[in-house]
This record gives sequence, structure tokens and C-alpha cells, in this order.
Amino acid sequence: MKKAITVRGLAKQYQLGQQRESGSSFREMVLSALRKPLDNLKRLRGEGNELKSFWALNDISFDVEPGEVVGVIGRNGAGKSTLLKILSRITSPTKGEINYTGRMASLLEVGTGFHPELSGRENIFLNGSILGMNRTEIEQQLDDIVKFAEVADFLDTPVKRYSSGMYVRLAFSVAAHLNPDILIIDEVLAVGDQAFQQKCLGKLRDTAKTGRTVLFVSHNMTAVKSLCSRIIYLKDGEIAYDGSPEEAISKYLSVDKCDDATWVDENNKHTYLKRVGIESTDSSPGNTYQYSESVVVRLDLESMRTLQFSPAVRLTDVFGNILLTSWDEDYLGVRQKNETETLRCTIPPQLLKPGNYIVTALVHVSDKDGKVNAEEVNLDLLISPEHCPIPAGRLGLLSPTLQWQIDV
Amino acid sequence: MTIKKVTTVRPNSNWSFIDTKELFEYRELVWVMMLRDLKVRYKQTVMGVAWAVLQPLTMIAIFSIIFGKLAKIPSDGYPYPVFVFSGLLAWNFFSTSVSSSGLSLVNASNLVSKVYFPRIIVPIASIGVSMVDFLISAVLLVLLMLFYSQSISWSILYLPFFLAGLIFLSMGLGSWLSAVTVTYRDFRYVIAYLMQIWMYITPVLYPVSFVPEKWQWILYLNPMYAWINGIRASFLGQPIDVFGTIISLALTIVIFIVGMLYFEKTQRRFADII
Repeated sequence: MKKAITVRGLAKQYQLGQQRESGSSFREMVLSALRKPLDNLKRLRGEGNELKSFWALNDISFDVEPGEVVGVIGRNGAGKSTLLKILSRITSPTKGEINYTGRMASLLEVGTGFHPELSGRENIFLNGSILGMNRTEIEQQLDDIVKFAEVADFLDTPVKRYSSGMYVRLAFSVAAHLNPDILIIDEVLAVGDQAFQQKCLGKLRDTAKTGRTVLFVSHNMTAVKSLCSRIIYLKDGEIAYDGSPEEAISKYLSVDKCDDATWVDENNKHTYLKRVGIESTDSSPGNTYQYSESVVVRLDLESMRTLQFSPAVRLTDVFGNILLTSWDEDYLGVRQKNETETLRCTIPPQLLKPGNYIVTALVHVSDKDGKVNAEEVNLDLLISPEHCPIPAGRLGLLSPTLQWQIDV
Repeated sequence: MTIKKVTTVRPNSNWSFIDTKELFEYRELVWVMMLRDLKVRYKQTVMGVAWAVLQPLTMIAIFSIIFGKLAKIPSDGYPYPVFVFSGLLAWNFFSTSVSSSGLSLVNASNLVSKVYFPRIIVPIASIGVSMVDFLISAVLLVLLMLFYSQSISWSILYLPFFLAGLIFLSMGLGSWLSAVTVTYRDFRYVIAYLMQIWMYITPVLYPVSFVPEKWQWILYLNPMYAWINGIRASFLGQPIDVFGTIISLALTIVIFIVGMLYFEKTQRRFADII
């Protein structure tokens, strides 16, 4: 049988423009103002030696069989979105070739092309046509779309009066009723409330069952795992792993991880995160803790004055469920940061059930354009089953010992 | 089972023309986008469509007073309001088409960077809105002519031809400008500037006879020349300048082809730089 998608030697290069330092004296100011149009022209034309380029994707090849549901995972900047954009023909590759069979629809954003002034009904037709449906198809599916989105009463209200939940539901519903041969989805499930997310996942699963090919990018490992029969794990623009979901997720989660309880930025790879450690309350490093012990995550940070940035600690279980994320601001409030700092975040005792966890120390830096760059370090954490009063098979992601009170 | 189409995606190829077959498949989208712009246009306004009538009427009044009454610019023997409006409606169509399609891609940046469709649809659809204004103005002109007891002659049958020429010129120029504006946002300002100057070098507010005879050849270099004159002649029943029309037609074809080629050449980069 013919392949649904074949990708051969795909590569994409982006140009990075760098700003030239502008002078401080009046003379330099005038000179640079005069030079500016010329520089701008060079930059816009993609010339000039101060341009740096980087490969967002490098030599990617894979095949997808019809009816396969393939997940694409990887960290921010690994090239996932670029891959989807090239597949859905939004941008063209620098090298390589893609062939696909049948009609393709891509959903890189929920509600692309929605117009706030138009009613729900008008937007269904607008959005549907943009996504590649024709009028008859939309008319046939209109009732299903409205029912799925649960907005029947508001169909003739302008969507600007919708709550954000309704808006997202309607938008996803239109997309969910597309009937392409190949469906490409980017992280759209990160929207809506829990119940609706489950509904969307269910809808996607049905789509997959009808023999459509689905390519699905997500950070939600639980969703990826429950949907996909195969996962492509991208790392730095290359395929790091392509195969079974379990293997891919465990590879993904173990990247940059060290078995030690302490990680030190030896190669000077990071700007902010210099050292991360898991310690007990008396500052002795270690990976294994009792259920009844506190776990301290220590972050040594540098050059923090420069920009808006926020450190955090995230806890993920081995199935990829994010259990919690704690930002320093939650507790310390917004504050003036020091040039170098050591932060300690304490995970309370009697919270995590015995098992393996990944502790992620992360720093989000937003530059002046509002773009977020992240530095992340993962460490292993083990809560030992010994001396734990909670039985191993207890349901729930967490096993906190909660307070109970008796009134007789 | 039907044979399914195989699509190939490759790095940017060389010069090619717009894929008309694909454009045809997406014809509904052109319509939907036009409709969207039209629907949105007068939402939450009190006067609604009346604006489409009020705006040209105000312009006619102002131009008639300043150029007709005060400056006493000749009008080929027609009442000046009728004369000026017969040119102005065509000019307004051209100017709003080119400005709106020129900015259309940049304004649709979230669409362009998130979903695939033939990009040319965006500038084309934005011309549709100006088309509606043109039709409203045309009705208004006929009423104005009746008011001044001017008769409509058979030459009105030439109108579709001249209108088509005007549309092609607007499309060619508008698409080219929209593609250039994606890379060079300067053209946002250039377009407004260009339209202002262009109006005064085109015989919109004055008749061709107003220009000294030895300089009239310069008017021929303007691709708008025949379309403005032709549309005016169709309404007023003036003779058609065949020579001028041929030159404008040739210029329009060149601009249209160059515009489309440039658009097609650059369109696959849009999502990266928009």
C-alpha cells in the first residue's frame, strides 16, 4: 500500500538577525541613523555578514503508513513546530522532499481566522473554509459541530461575547469535524477545561480509528501515549528516536538527566542555571528519600540581573504526568534579583507516593520581544517504598497524608 | 476507492506562475473571505451602509466647489459633479483596491503563519470589497446623471471591458505591493503616498483636454489613463481613445504578469518573515 507521508532529507535553515550596537555619542548616533536604512535593507534582503543562521531541522527522514497515529515530541526549539509547518506547506523546506497522499488538514492553532465580530455560525463557515472544507461539507456537519461545542444557544451571537471556554470549544469543534486523509495537530489540547480536553482526545481517538493518518505534537505525555502507536522524538532538529511510545517517552524524559543528585554546568552550556541539586534538609545530596522526608531542590543561578526571568521547580512522574510546577514568585513574591543566588525549594514530606520522579529545575527568560527562552535540567528522584504507610496500589497521582478529624 | 492526489513539497523552485488549478479548488475561500470583510465592515456602526453613499457624496461636493466652482476647471461640457464623479468612482475603486490588497497580507499574518491556502487569495479577496463600493457608486452616478438630466448612451456597454482592465491593474499592482510589504514594511507608507500623487497625474479631476496638447503624450505612460477615461466615456457617452487604451492595456498586462510572478516567487517565504 502507498505510504501516507514520506519525508526525505528534510532540512530547514533560519536566518538569525543580530542587532548592531548603537553608539552613545551624538556623532555615532547621527552616523548610525544614516547607516540604518542601508543596514535594514541588507538585513531584510538576508545579506550581510552579521547574520547568523541555524538549522531548525536537519536531515529528517521518515515514512508514515496510512492510518498510523504518530506523536512528535521534543523540547522547545527541537524543531517540532517547524516540521509541522513544512508538512502543512505553510513554509517551505531548505532541502529535502515530502510526498503525501490525499487531503491534508493542519491545525496548528485553535480558531485560526476566527473573526470576533462575526457570529458563531458565520465563524464556523469562515473557519471551515480556511481549514479546507467546502460549503456542503460544513452544512452537513453543522449540527454535529454545534452539538460537540455545546454552543447551540449562542450560535448567532458574535464570538467576541463568548467566554474563552466557549470560543475554544467552538474552534476545536470545527477542526475536529474536518475529514482529511491526514490530520496534523499541534498542541491544541492544551486548551479548554479538563472535561473538554478528554472529549477532544476521545474525538481524536475516533478519528484515528477510522483509518486516518494523524500526526500529533504535544507536551502532554499522557495524551501522546494514549493516542499514538508510534512516537518520533526530535532533539536539536534531528530525530533522536523513532519507535515505540514507551521507549520514546523514557528517552525524552531522561535527556540531560544525570544519575547523580547534583548537576553542574561544566561545559558552560547554560547562562543562568549553573548547578542543580537534590538534597535532604541537612544539605546532604542524594536521590533517594523516605515518604516521611522533605526533599530540597537547590538551584544555583547566575547573571540574573539582566532580564526578566523566573526560576521554577517541576515534578513529573515516569508516565509524563506533570504533578506540579512551583515558581519562586509564588512564595517569595516579585523581587529584585541578585547577581548570583542560591534558591532552595522544599517539597513537603508525606506527599509523593513511592516511585520514580523527574525533578526539573527550569528558568524562563523573556527577552525584550516577549519571547520566552527556557533552560531546563532534569534530575532523578526516588521515593522508597520502605517505611511508607500508604499501600503501593493506592489510586491517584499523589499520596499525601491528609488531616482527618473526628467529632463524636 | 478513488485515486488520491499525491502532493509534493520541495524547496523553493524558480519563477512560476500562479497555480490556477489550485486557485480554482479554493474558489470558495475567496468568496468566504470577501464576505467576511463585507460583513465585518459596518458591524457596530449606526449608519451602516449609508457610509458607502455618504463618503463619495462628500467628495463630489468638495471637489465640485473647489475645482468646479472656484478653480473653474473645464469638464468637457458636462456638469462638473457628473464629470468628476464619473472619474472619481473608478479612481476610488483603484485606490482602495490597491491600498487594501497591499496591506492585506500583513494584516492576515496570523492566517498566513498558521494555515496553508494559496496566498494570492488574500489580496484578491480584498479587492472584492472595493468592488461593492464601486457598484454602489455606479448606481449613485446614474442617479446624479438623471438629476442633471444627462442621458445614458449605448457606450455604457463598454463598461465591463474597462472595468475588467481596472480590476486586472489593481490585482497586479495590489498583489505585488502586498508581497513587497511582507518584507519591507516601508511600503505601508509608500502606498498611501503613491496613491495621492498618482491621483493628480491621472485625469480624474480634470479632462484630458485640460493638459496642453504637446504634453498629452505623457498621460499615455500612465496605465490608469485608459481605464479612468474609458469608464468615464462609457457613462457619459464620449468617444473612446483607442490608441490610449491599447497602451494602457499593454502596460496593465505587463504589471499584472510581473506582479503575479513576483508574488509566486516570494510567497513561500511569507510565513518565515511575516
